[in-house]
Amino acid sequence: MYRYDAYDRQFVQERVAQFRDQTARFLRGDLSEDEFKPLRLMNGLYIQRHAPMLRIAIPYGLLSAEQLRMLATIARDYDKGYGHFTTRQNLQFNWIPLEQIPDVLADLATVDMHAIQTSGNCIRNVTADQLAGVAADELEDPRPYCELIRQWSTLHPEFTFLPRKFKIAISGAEQDRAAIMVHDIGLYLVRNAAGETGFQVLVGGGLGRTPVIGKVIREFLPKRDLLSYLEAILRVYNQHGRRDNIYKARIKILVNALGIDQFRQQVEDEWTHIQHSALRLDDADIAAMQGHFTAPAYEQLTDLDLFTATEKASDRAFQNWLQHNTLAHKKTGYRIVMVSLKVPGHAPGDIRHEQMERLAALADRYSFGLLRVTHQQNLVLADVKQSALRKLWRELINLQLATPNIGTLNDMICCPGLDFCSLANAGSIDVAQQIQASFPDLEQLYDIGELRINISGCMNACGHHHVGNIGILGVDKNGEEWYQFTLGGRSGREARLGLRLGPAIAKDQVATAIERIVAVYLSHRENNERFVDTVDRIGIDPFKEHVYAAHH
Amino acid sequence: MRRIIKSRQLFDDNTHHLGLDDPLPLSPCTVPLARWLDEREQLCKHPTPVGVRLSASDDIKALLPDLSTLTLIALEFERFTDGRSYTQARLLRERYDYTGELRAVGAVLRDQLQFMERCGMDAFELSAHQDAADALKAFEQINIFFQPATAAPAALTRLRQRRSAAHV
Repeated sequence: MYRYDAYDRQFVQERVAQFRDQTARFLRGDLSEDEFKPLRLMNGLYIQRHAPMLRIAIPYGLLSAEQLRMLATIARDYDKGYGHFTTRQNLQFNWIPLEQIPDVLADLATVDMHAIQTSGNCIRNVTADQLAGVAADELEDPRPYCELIRQWSTLHPEFTFLPRKFKIAISGAEQDRAAIMVHDIGLYLVRNAAGETGFQVLVGGGLGRTPVIGKVIREFLPKRDLLSYLEAILRVYNQHGRRDNIYKARIKILVNALGIDQFRQQVEDEWTHIQHSALRLDDADIAAMQGHFTAPAYEQLTDLDLFTATEKASDRAFQNWLQHNTLAHKKTGYRIVMVSLKVPGHAPGDIRHEQMERLAALADRYSFGLLRVTHQQNLVLADVKQSALRKLWRELINLQLATPNIGTLNDMICCPGLDFCSLANAGSIDVAQQIQASFPDLEQLYDIGELRINISGCMNACGHHHVGNIGILGVDKNGEEWYQFTLGGRSGREARLGLRLGPAIAKDQVATAIERIVAVYLSHRENNERFVDTVDRIGIDPFKEHVYAAHH
Repeated sequence: MRRIIKSRQLFDDNTHHLGLDDPLPLSPCTVPLARWLDEREQLCKHPTPVGVRLSASDDIKALLPDLSTLTLIALEFERFTDGRSYTQARLLRERYDYTGELRAVGAVLRDQLQFMERCGMDAFELSAHQDAADALKAFEQINIFFQPATAAPAALTRLRQRRSAAHV
């Protein structure tokens, strides 16, 4: 992973001192609420329902065991003992008083972490494929480019007061695991006809109130031009993005208003001026950054025969976990382990400080001291020897982190909702728990197969409901919590927005509605097709009829 | 008289920011772009220099013919959250080689000074209730920069290259 040098350390320490000074001036009354707001947001601090919410950056989801231990310490010493992993691969704390935030940031700086640009109208923490560097289907590791973008965007003087927030994601693999097409800028590493790798650049994707799938602005961008091209896009957006209406300020609105061809023309015109500027990367810049992301010291191993038919219950439990919570690794003899944070009865994405502490020790012992955070709000131990899987599985069971439900209906994406967030209109955690409670049987979940449910507590769509196979959106109806359903959405390369099922559903009927949707799928399923394939084939009407059929 | 910051030093300043119809004083002043374009010839003959004030939505290209003779351009921040003037500043300096004073006026807050300076602004009229002397500290809070911009300090990529070259 990227390790800080003396410059990076000096920078985060200066940034902490600066925020300490800004916070003191705010508490003294020298800064108004309005003046302090962008300063605290640029340091990850929201004013929330109970206390400020602090969102800590985990750049492109990569985390060392040492860093996870520090997050555990902060959870224990400053918070109520737990943290929440988000769909942007970050971690949020919910209970830390403002006065203590500078101390927390100082503690984070000791392990090369910060909360810079995790909110505010600026370029946000860059996200990436959680399997970068270990996936077999990868053309090239995206992380060196993520880090180049992270550094370029850090306190960028021109782009700190954009019309609205700005999110960039990169994937280097065939399968898109990072929802590239619903980002302000999405980058796919691709190979051109000449055999060089570069980027396909998408722009103007996003969820929120106006969900839009990103459009291709450039089929092939040479790597050396990455930063200058991004600067050109940002400059056009900074000048021409709408600032009169917060709901129309994202770049997707500008791209749609101009049309992609006109927008592209403006970007290319700007780019001709800066393509050869100091932003141009030379081979040494790229090679130096790639040097931070070399493969760990793998042993030469052979693949084991892991998957065996078995009658014994304990063996079957292990097989379930192997099947659902581990993935093929590009290196023989290793496997990728998904650590499920979707424990029925607990808030999706939440983790307690004891779990963090002990998981960090497991990362040290079994996976080269590194972890990854997924945008589906789970964790990954990416480099586990196959021979160690059974031992690791037992350890994870003890931590309640081995629920074998990755990729099933119970592995929901879920925002914090009304319980924590001041924007939310409705609860999402309790809805997730209600659904999990109505599908307690693992065999049934496995039979249903791949079915992603995404839940957002308001139309800001932090829970990515538009691209859930089943999307659930909380709305407020005269002070009551109701839920709108969409079907058939998906992220990835085949990204598509879900179709509205019908009128909103009362809170106590949400799980029943899911049961009915699943029943329609199972009765129409052909040849083991996935839920989304059935929706595509039979359309939304059969689901509608069954969900809204008169009760009894 | 107000205290302004210019090249990181404090000065007393009596520049008047005029509207479309205000009479021209015999002291430093600025006029909005629209007035400059209307009365350009006359304003150029005025015995004391007249500067131009750009709002965030003004097109800086309208000023291109005058950049070599103008000595003061003011970038007006109507709201401190409107970031367009940062781009205007960089383009004026980096693309169109404007070398006169580039002054931030309006909603100019201490915590933005460093961003403004890095984009090429070199003079700052802080909005009310801020102490200009105290605000000078803001320029030295961050000393590491990760990207090239207008103002002199080298971006970190160059620092690192220099360091690794020195080690070879």
